[in-house]
Amino acid sequence: MLSIDVLLAGAMLVSLTFYALLGGADFGGGVWDLLASGPRKGAQRELIAEAIGPVWEANHVWLILVVVLLFTAFPPAFAAIATALHIPLTLMLIGVVLRGSAFTFRSYDRRTDDVQRRWGRIFSMTSLITPVLLGVTVGAISSGKIRNEYSDFAAAFVSPWLAPFPFAVGFFALTLFAFLAAVYLTVESGEEALREDFRLRALASAVTVGVMALVVFLLSANGAPVIRGRLSQSWWTWPLQISTAVFAISAIYALWTRRFRTARFCAAAQTTLILWGWGAAQYPYLVAPDLTIYNSAAPAITLRLVWWALLVGSALLFPSFYYLFRVFKSSENGARIESERH
Amino acid sequence: MSDLLAARSQMAMSLAFHIIFAVAGITMPLMMCIAEWRWLRTRDETYLTLAKRWAKGTAILFAVGAVSGTVLSFELGLLWPEFMRWAGPIIGMPFSLEGFAFFTEAIFLGIYLYGWERVSPRAHLAAGAIVALSGAASAVFVVIANAWMNTPTGFRLVDGKPPIAVEIDPIAAMMNPAALGQTIHMLLAAYAAVGFAVAGIHSFLLMRDRRNVFHRHAMAIALAVGGVTAILQPVSGDLLGQMLARYQPVKLAAMEGQFKTEQGAPLRIGGMPDEESATTPYAIEVPYGMSLLAFHDPKAVVKGLEDFPRDLWPPVAIVHVAFQVMVAAGAAMAFVALWGAYLAWRRKSLPDSPWFLRAVVAASPLGFIAIEAGWTVTEVGRQPWIIQGVMRTAEAVTPMPGLKIPLITFTLIYIFLAAVVVWLLVRQVAESPRVYVEPAGADARGREYAFD
Repeated sequence: MLSIDVLLAGAMLVSLTFYALLGGADFGGGVWDLLASGPRKGAQRELIAEAIGPVWEANHVWLILVVVLLFTAFPPAFAAIATALHIPLTLMLIGVVLRGSAFTFRSYDRRTDDVQRRWGRIFSMTSLITPVLLGVTVGAISSGKIRNEYSDFAAAFVSPWLAPFPFAVGFFALTLFAFLAAVYLTVESGEEALREDFRLRALASAVTVGVMALVVFLLSANGAPVIRGRLSQSWWTWPLQISTAVFAISAIYALWTRRFRTARFCAAAQTTLILWGWGAAQYPYLVAPDLTIYNSAAPAITLRLVWWALLVGSALLFPSFYYLFRVFKSSENGARIESERH
Repeated sequence: MSDLLAARSQMAMSLAFHIIFAVAGITMPLMMCIAEWRWLRTRDETYLTLAKRWAKGTAILFAVGAVSGTVLSFELGLLWPEFMRWAGPIIGMPFSLEGFAFFTEAIFLGIYLYGWERVSPRAHLAAGAIVALSGAASAVFVVIANAWMNTPTGFRLVDGKPPIAVEIDPIAAMMNPAALGQTIHMLLAAYAAVGFAVAGIHSFLLMRDRRNVFHRHAMAIALAVGGVTAILQPVSGDLLGQMLARYQPVKLAAMEGQFKTEQGAPLRIGGMPDEESATTPYAIEVPYGMSLLAFHDPKAVVKGLEDFPRDLWPPVAIVHVAFQVMVAAGAAMAFVALWGAYLAWRRKSLPDSPWFLRAVVAASPLGFIAIEAGWTVTEVGRQPWIIQGVMRTAEAVTPMPGLKIPLITFTLIYIFLAAVVVWLLVRQVAESPRVYVEPAGADARGREYAFD
């Protein structure tokens, strides 16, 4: 069953998972920048900027990896998705461009309040919109409404994504990213009060994630019947659902009891299982109902070469990422929190 | 405006915008590393200041380059899904490799920009070197993919519409005939353009502030990087000329305004090709020049456009004029570089005579003009093909209607971003430090900084 095409599809899912866990949290940081409030408003924004600054560009490359793997290994699926979802993808790109630029411009423009606020507003608004559109894209791909037939504009280019289910997935992605960011920020902040701010935000967004998950599930009855069927009737249904729920509840419990590193682990595990559950339900389809992993795979020689490139590339990539995060994230802060608690 | 033209315009605009930031991402890290290396060697703090100032500019340029590059990776599918469907298995490989090069670039740039206080000086310099190397590698991989569109290899065609590719060999595709020449040409162009642009900025400030060591150091490094590569560039151009003569004779004929097949063809400088009369009036003709350049033989036969069906001609005037602009800009840069080298050799110091400084300022935008013109030559010159001889651009475009809308949207966004970047860089430059005493060893005194 684990043929090379399936392995490559798995590699895409792994890249997407890293994008959600790392790049997604950077977007979530933008959400909390927008919602910064209370007496430590400025400090909250500063912590977010410090956390994102050194890593967001590297985190962002996971998305590019997903795209290049898709168009190299499964070109017909890439062509179908890029054609039918032209509108949401273009809007998402506008968000990507403005959010990255505004974040950088804010760091290097004048330090006066009005200038910082202007870039900050663009950064945070686009951090809000972009994950929704990413989720809309994923939701539309899952819906089974993308067809290789473009004569009717509305049916081909609009209705696959302009529907309740894709948007529910979009807002689910947004709340999930905001949740991840808030949990990570509890670990990153060195100051007690600030950590409490993000702890409360993490708890609130954990509840929102649960609500949105329910909404997505309810809407999937009409919005993505195939996926829903597999998610609820496969042999892996219960192990997956239960372990996702266990991590979700553990994350909340860990936040409640201020075990922040544990909470971070649980939140990441929860997110990973959500994405892998989606991936398993999607199998073997890339774009249901026409394109599967098997019928859209590139010739074997291409797949083999890409697989080798992935292996060699990963051997360079993972140590580099480890180094990046050790330099910026292993911080004394985290260690201090743990020692304070014990 | 047809949807095809809108798609082509959007792709051209996106590439023209991205290339400016991409070449900055290749060259600025190299110059930062040279400055930092000089600091480690001489302990002259001005070099450290320089590396840090350049790093700030690089951070802005790299971020815009990263996001505009993301747009391009999606636009391949948003605008040209049929091209990707056909070419993905054959030419996706260099894009995958580019993905990893981009990863290391972004990771180590993060360490470079934010890690001054967090890693050792050697590790910091090494991070910068990795950024410079992976930036160059990214460029190589992307240009290989473009070269394949010009000289596609690594498959066999079976009849169909578009023809079907069998016996795919992605490695052979990467080794296509245009790959070597195009990658060298682009890398040299990147170093020359950014080197000259940066040298021009510091030269402009030196004209007002002749003794400022900060600008003198900066100009020395930028001029060395830009000058050496500008002098080498004609060699790679010659390589490409011969490649074109063999594999893309139509493009070469359009570049030269060569309508008739001719033995001992002249080189046309200037002129305005006219497709109706099939002539290129107002050109200065250098006898045998074209045959000599394309085949290294004055008697060689150069194919003219009239040997090819009319519907396979690219827009001749655009290609010819763009080519003239590129060559003129490149030649002017090479001249300034040679002049500077001569002055430096004569005086054994940084050339800083007023006329030379003015020349460097005047030459500073030329590299970017040459890059834009050069990409116009290679892309417009390949039309009507998206994959030379295999797939027409019109066959590759998305069925999505209304492509004017994204074209206008992205154009406005990019104009806005360009304006902001220019404004931020001008502000950075205006805050340049003033350093007047050449420090003696590590104990530098009498220096004065106009910033923190």
